[in-house]
Amino acid sequence: MAKKNWLKMGALMVFAVCGISMYEVAQAQKQDPKHPPVAGDGSLVVQLCDGKTNVTVPGVDPNTRLTKEQAQAVSSELMKLWMTKQDPAVAARWMSEASRSAAAEEKKPEPASGQTGNQAQEQVTPVSPRDFMIWDREVAREVAYGDQIFHDDKLIGSTNGIACAMCHPNASNTHPETYPKFQVQLQKVALLRDMINWCIEQPTRGKRLDADDPKMRALEAYILSQRKGVPMAPGKH
Amino acid sequence: MNPLKWIKRREEYLRERKLWMDELMSAGRAEEGRRKFMKMAAQALGVAAAGKIVPHAFQPVEVVQASKTQASMIEPFTFAYISDSHLYEKTLNERFVRQLERAVADVNALDPQPDFVLYGGDLAQLGQPGELRLGHQILKELKAPVRMMVGEHDWFLDMGDLWKELFGPPNYSFDHKGMHFITLMSVNEKDFWTDKGLTPMQRMQIVAGLDDGRQSRFEVGDEGREWLKRDLARVPRTTPVVVFSHSPLYKYYRDWNFWTEDAEQVQALLGDHESVTVIHGHTHQVLTHRVGKIHFHGMLSTAWPWPYAPEGLPRLTVQMNRPDPFNQTDGLGDGTLRVKKTGRVDKHYNLWNRNPMIVSERYLTSNGAEDVPAKITLPSY
Ligand code: HEC
Ligand SMILES: [Fe+2]
Ligand SMILES: [Fe+2]
Repeated sequence: MAKKNWLKMGALMVFAVCGISMYEVAQAQKQDPKHPPVAGDGSLVVQLCDGKTNVTVPGVDPNTRLTKEQAQAVSSELMKLWMTKQDPAVAARWMSEASRSAAAEEKKPEPASGQTGNQAQEQVTPVSPRDFMIWDREVAREVAYGDQIFHDDKLIGSTNGIACAMCHPNASNTHPETYPKFQVQLQKVALLRDMINWCIEQPTRGKRLDADDPKMRALEAYILSQRKGVPMAPGKH
Repeated sequence: MNPLKWIKRREEYLRERKLWMDELMSAGRAEEGRRKFMKMAAQALGVAAAGKIVPHAFQPVEVVQASKTQASMIEPFTFAYISDSHLYEKTLNERFVRQLERAVADVNALDPQPDFVLYGGDLAQLGQPGELRLGHQILKELKAPVRMMVGEHDWFLDMGDLWKELFGPPNYSFDHKGMHFITLMSVNEKDFWTDKGLTPMQRMQIVAGLDDGRQSRFEVGDEGREWLKRDLARVPRTTPVVVFSHSPLYKYYRDWNFWTEDAEQVQALLGDHESVTVIHGHTHQVLTHRVGKIHFHGMLSTAWPWPYAPEGLPRLTVQMNRPDPFNQTDGLGDGTLRVKKTGRVDKHYNLWNRNPMIVSERYLTSNGAEDVPAKITLPSY
């Protein structure tokens, strides 16, 4: 399997280059969403999704619900703070994306393209090729685990010897791009994981997986990866 | 008559008779051949005795001509098929067992009974003795005679030892009502296991994984093709031929071994004959193809349906609708083949939860212009 060899090679190279980043990944995973930071005086602290940028709302109890106006003010403040820490190019890209979606209805004319001048050849970003390698490797690892489960009746918890790949070689006919869609027999709009669970319980006679079970996540990763590039078509039957 | 001349003539007669007899008998069509020979020989001898024609009439070339009429004198008949049951032992998986039993009941309910039943291979899931013996037992319930074919799931644990013990050689041929039938072992694989030091079970597991790229591609192989050549050499070109093969004998989708590596060579061997129809297993779906004079039909599985491959689907195939994941026997079934006077067949797919599909001789001979099967409502994507 050429793909597998490639994965192995990639993993080795990345391992050699990126010891430090692996440490970073581990640190990020240690963030505990159940225990958000609290200010020294007990005021509410709101943290940005980067896990680093905080805004304290003085005198407000952490358990209060902010008004819409307060919430907007805090959000804007957080973004402003975050911008100051970003490379100007990243900040600019963020601004343009945010304004594009916020002002989509206004239909602003696009800035004239093809401008000439002494611009830098490439925009500076904090994302290095090394980062991409790490991300790819992490995804590949998740997909490989899913691949393994999908092909192994024991790993999927089958009680009758049947594995997913027996009916879905290369995850064919799983059509993840058609979800969400209404499934009469489930009497609801199903997500990919609902159909995975259906197939676990029915053909393979196993036990359904929790939505957040590592095996469910890996199965989703594998199934989705096999359909990379196929246009999304939610609701399609 | 000059006695010397008579003796010479008699020798010539005996020599020709022997040639002709060999021609008839050696094709492995002992029963048919013997009967036909006795009849024709009796006629010819009678005529000769009456002094109307000399024994020169016994010439091999006459046999070929006789079979030309034979082709148009095919007596229509029906045979049934069951395929790809992939049995596990009953304690592990009862569903596949029940499904094979359902197919057996279907065929036993046919009235009139088919002349014989083709079993299309993959009787077992992992070649286990318990699986093969269970299948052997269930197939004994069939009222009509069974013609067995081997699939890769039956073979790669012990390389066919038990299968051969239970069912006989995997390559054989027979004649029936003017037609020549050939069962061809077409799931040989080049050795991928010895170098890797794999156990028989590991080898079996790899072959059983449709999308497992560690295995080789299916082939008839040198020996198989040599056997086929010898067998065909004895069959007049005008005699309609039907080939039973587990792999499709053409190239559909390599990654899933919907594929026969030496397909072109096999087709070339078959191509000398005026009417050839291949009935194959392995693909678990409605599948139709034509290469020149050779028509191809797939068979349904009784265990699970397979998706159509992402590429390579033969143009003439009208797909079966995508199976319903909420119905475990959807896309499955068995079927019959109705042999026509021409020696071609109408292929009937008896889908368990759907209207039957018929892929007719007319559809294929008209290259898809006439008698087109109903189109699908849920296209594969
Ligand atoms: C015995 C055969 C069989 C097995 C084993 C099986 N499935 Fe399925 N599955 C099907 C069929 C048939 C469909 C319907 C396919 C279609 O719509 O074209 C299906 C549909 C699906 C779908 C939804 C496809 C769609 O178009 O909405 C998903 C997702 C899926 N299977 C995942 C799995 C997973 C994960 C496993 C292993 C736990 C598995 N299947 C095992 C036969 C099987
Ligand atoms: Fe099969
Ligand atoms: Fe097969």
